[in-house]
Amino acid sequence: MKPRTVDKIATSLIVFFALFIVAILVGLLGYILFRGLSHISWDFLTSAPQKIRAGGGVGPQLFNSLFLLVLTLIITVPLGLGAGIFMAEYARPGKLTGFIRLIVEVLSSFPSIVVGLFGLLLIVNYFDLGFSMISGALALTVFNLPLMVRITEQAFRSVPKQQKEAGFALGLSKWKIVTTVLFPVALPTIITGTILSAGRVFGEAAALMFTAGMSSPRLDFTNWNPLSPSSPLNPFRPAETLAVHIWKVNSEGLAPDAVEIAAGASAVLVITVLLFNLGARFFGRFIYRKLTASKRMN
Amino acid sequence: MKSKKSRLEKHHIEDLVGRSYMAFCVLLLIVIIISMVYFVASKGLSTFITGGVSVGEFFFGTKWAPEADTPSFGAFPFISGSFLVTLLAALIASPLSICAALFMTEIVPGWGKKLLQPVIELLAGIPSVVYGFIGLSVIVPFLRDTFPGQGIGVAAGALVLSVMILPTITSVAADALAALPQNLKESSFALGATRWQTISRVILPTTMPSIMTGVVLGMARAFGEALAVQMVIGNAPFVPKSLFESASTLTSVITLSMGNTTMGSSYNNALWSMALVLMLMTFAFVGLVRLLERRNKI
Amino acid sequence: MGAIAPVRESFQTEDLSIFYGTYEAVKGISLPFAQNTVTALIGPSGCGKSTFLRSLNRMNDEISGSTTKGNIWIDGIDINAPGTDVIKLRQKIGMVWQKPNPFYKSIYDNIAFGPKYHGIKGKKALDEIVESSLRRAALWDEVKDRLKDSALALSGGQQQRLCIARALSVNPQILLLDEPASALDPVSTGKVEELIKELKEELRIVIVTHNMQQAARISDYTAYFYLGTLVEYDKTEKVFSNPENQMTQEYIMGRFG
Repeated sequence: MKPRTVDKIATSLIVFFALFIVAILVGLLGYILFRGLSHISWDFLTSAPQKIRAGGGVGPQLFNSLFLLVLTLIITVPLGLGAGIFMAEYARPGKLTGFIRLIVEVLSSFPSIVVGLFGLLLIVNYFDLGFSMISGALALTVFNLPLMVRITEQAFRSVPKQQKEAGFALGLSKWKIVTTVLFPVALPTIITGTILSAGRVFGEAAALMFTAGMSSPRLDFTNWNPLSPSSPLNPFRPAETLAVHIWKVNSEGLAPDAVEIAAGASAVLVITVLLFNLGARFFGRFIYRKLTASKRMN
Repeated sequence: MKSKKSRLEKHHIEDLVGRSYMAFCVLLLIVIIISMVYFVASKGLSTFITGGVSVGEFFFGTKWAPEADTPSFGAFPFISGSFLVTLLAALIASPLSICAALFMTEIVPGWGKKLLQPVIELLAGIPSVVYGFIGLSVIVPFLRDTFPGQGIGVAAGALVLSVMILPTITSVAADALAALPQNLKESSFALGATRWQTISRVILPTTMPSIMTGVVLGMARAFGEALAVQMVIGNAPFVPKSLFESASTLTSVITLSMGNTTMGSSYNNALWSMALVLMLMTFAFVGLVRLLERRNKI
Repeated sequence: MGAIAPVRESFQTEDLSIFYGTYEAVKGISLPFAQNTVTALIGPSGCGKSTFLRSLNRMNDEISGSTTKGNIWIDGIDINAPGTDVIKLRQKIGMVWQKPNPFYKSIYDNIAFGPKYHGIKGKKALDEIVESSLRRAALWDEVKDRLKDSALALSGGQQQRLCIARALSVNPQILLLDEPASALDPVSTGKVEELIKELKEELRIVIVTHNMQQAARISDYTAYFYLGTLVEYDKTEKVFSNPENQMTQEYIMGRFG
């Protein structure tokens, strides 16, 4: 065959496969939304699931997912910032830095089920926190922390080094420079990365099955006492999340409309993750404009 | 200078506070990884130390009967299942991913990237339970109608995993291709080579180590993925005779059985041994990635 | 500490050498900087003049692998000695770079930030510092109505004067300028040069520049650096009209560098 002919065939194949991937995504999203959207209603989003009857909702699961996400971020973000700032601004090239980098890489490569098992062993059993929201949040912290460290490190590294020098020349301490000069510049990148990682946390199930548990107690949404067992805010109660619920309904669901529930819950999950993605993009652009253009500040 | 008199001035205290906080965060990372390795290893090794199961039986025994009167703990079906779905998924996903990366960087660098970048990000963002749900409601029925068997099995698992690792391989490959010096391509074009000749003889051979990094990262993800695989693979504890037969992986059997066994039983310990295998494989994958990166630098 | 320097000037270096690893970028330079003068450091790229300038407020400390030998005397104290409170020291020595680097903050906060950190309290006191610093940097009239705007919205020339104002806000005794006008248009350059001439009435200024005309226009003393050594140092008129050294002459005439 002539090289030109081969070239044409190869190019068409590459284009075909690339477009095939686009088709996969369109198909996936289309299928989930097509199957799921018809099942989503206010009632579905707010009512509790039914064990064997049809018509159950995912209200507590949705709430658990969101609450768990908030709890996880409250723990992870400050820790990730600390370690990330160290890696970006303080760590000098050497054995120790290389070792910490390796740790972050290994931690972020652990399968989430292994993280979940570790949580089961240490947090649920050893620390005796049981299947609870807080156990889940701590497991998700292990899962999310390495990512947060990377996000922070990259965000700080992308700040022009002249900013730091200007701070030094004014006689500021390094920590002051980091927190008041560099941090505001790095913040948009950090927030964008955090929102994206939040999407990942929101959809995580394997790390939660054996930590946050696979059940949710009867919640009383009028009870806002965080220590009461039926309060939705109680961090020591079991908390089945939306993602875990999808898995459970698929593998052991007894309700006659189990497939519809799984479809509806999947749609909710995917839409939420999409919103996180779009939110991250939008927010990144918004902050960038706000920081660089002549809009009024403070 | 006056500052000599009192050692602890405001800026010294600030720096001290900052450094202590960062040290705490970094130390926490180290404690997490050490305790993870310690706890999973001590649990996982007890099968061999106190449980009296020989290493050979565990790794190569094909009989998995943990609850029989004379229990046997041959984990070969799970180990081989994990490797099988991982390799198949990489075989399916790699060509597709490389085509997508070529499409983004070589064929239509402008809008190709604009089109595929968000597609890849969204594919990466879809939670694994949703992949499992779609696998169960689309791929499994399709396989059941087209091939012999029940639809569930190794093929279904590998297909679901291949879509899940597409984004990983594609983004690494695209980065590698984009980092290629422009003059390398130009000199090939200048010799009268077609685009495909340039791609196949210059571009791909030069970037192969980097692309392999992406493939290994994808395989690491596939090997550790739990729920999506568990939902479609059938979970029979046997080495399958065909791709359309029900099988199991390390992650799927842990997912299914961990909740139903009592801590400390030899059944439970065997599951921890499998978690240890998962952990060791993570080390192996990270090591392999580092090896490839080092080779790539030279 | 507390050794008395054999000084002619209250600010001078003595046998100052700077190393990056084993590479000696600056080789044993002794230079005085007189009060109310502008000293220009000139020389071809890589001659060590910027490294030398950055060592004067110990900015090189922030680069790992760089070490300094010799003394930098300020008012009889060697600030290059170990144990010097570098952060305190830098407050006395302002610095402005080639590329304007205002903080990602409002114009007002850019100036008020340093004084606030160093303990100035009260809105009125800060307002006064902001106004006087901006006036000294000849920027007040252009920005007085939009102090709350982002500093990044200013033009390059305005940003550079803002950086000078920021350096002045903490009342330094010495101002280090690293090619402060090389990224600016001719009009802004003129303004910055004018400003330097005015500022030397209050403090001493050390400036690195690639622009020979600029060095001739604004400086009182000129030091010519070549490959890390000080080739020639004298009054600017002398260096430019009748240099001692053949190399200096060739560089000034534009034959190399």
